[in-house]
Amino acid sequence: MKSIKYILAGILFGIIMSKSEAVSWFRIQEMFRFQSFHMYGIIGTAVVLGVIAVFLIKKFQLKDSENQLIQFPEKESSYKKYIIGGTIFGLGWALTGACPGPMFVNLGYGYLTMLIVIFGSLLGTYLYGLLKDKLPH
Amino acid sequence: MIDFIRQPWPWYFSGIMIVVIMLLLNFWGKSFGFSSNLRTMCSIAGAGKKVKFFDFDWKAQRWNLLFLVGAIIGGWISSEFLSNPKALDLSAATVKDLQEMGVHFNGQLNPDELFALDALASPKTWFLLLFGGVLVGFGSRYAGGCTSGHAISGLSNLQLPSLVAVIGFFIGGLIMTWLVLPFLI
Repeated sequence: MKSIKYILAGILFGIIMSKSEAVSWFRIQEMFRFQSFHMYGIIGTAVVLGVIAVFLIKKFQLKDSENQLIQFPEKESSYKKYIIGGTIFGLGWALTGACPGPMFVNLGYGYLTMLIVIFGSLLGTYLYGLLKDKLPH
Repeated sequence: MIDFIRQPWPWYFSGIMIVVIMLLLNFWGKSFGFSSNLRTMCSIAGAGKKVKFFDFDWKAQRWNLLFLVGAIIGGWISSEFLSNPKALDLSAATVKDLQEMGVHFNGQLNPDELFALDALASPKTWFLLLFGGVLVGFGSRYAGGCTSGHAISGLSNLQLPSLVAVIGFFIGGLIMTWLVLPFLI
């Protein structure tokens, strides 16, 4: 029963992403063409509020539902992997109009062709795992 | 009331709710990051037997898979009960640019040229969707996260590496949009 809350959070995520059109290929094109504020507004609002929320959680040392201090993982401080990996990700994001979350939201929305994108993303993830040690990080 | 819900929701509401979702997961002791699911799914499919990267205790990621299932259901609820009867309010400049590229704006979330079932008659569509997916999967694992893990969770925690990753997202996105896509579609 404890697991149901994660499904509910996912449902909320799916509805929010659909209803604000953040799962739209057209909206992603509009963003990369700098022709609308819409996507920047979504991401910008989330980041500004997120920064404030994380700051307050740390400052007041808030605990989670298991009574553990809420921790925020530090990212590894290497830069190659972030810039190279990020660029490859961006190429795919602009082509498919979908990052990993929206792929699945779109599938639920009825875009069955997203299954090909999802299959591709699993293949890409597998390829990364296979080549990991040979890549610059 | 239902008409009010059916219209598109404003960007600021979406931004606020994304943070609410991130905080819910934080308060449940988890971290908002969607692309980890792709690694988990590879592990479940047995990739751990051949590649060490997938040999990890994926059961600890079960919660994230449930979140993924929820995301699919959320998409379904939106199209079934909450969909906007009017066309998406896309910028006129984008409509025109895409038209010149041969992509017709259909008023929906996604273009028919790439995502309609009929489009699968062309092998090119299969290639574009598959190749795009490979880039997203490969890139997100290489960069250690996607839009949720870096642009939302990482930037909220003022992580410089996440900012570098997001800059990468945009470099790649701009190259694809302006230099590659016109020749691909």
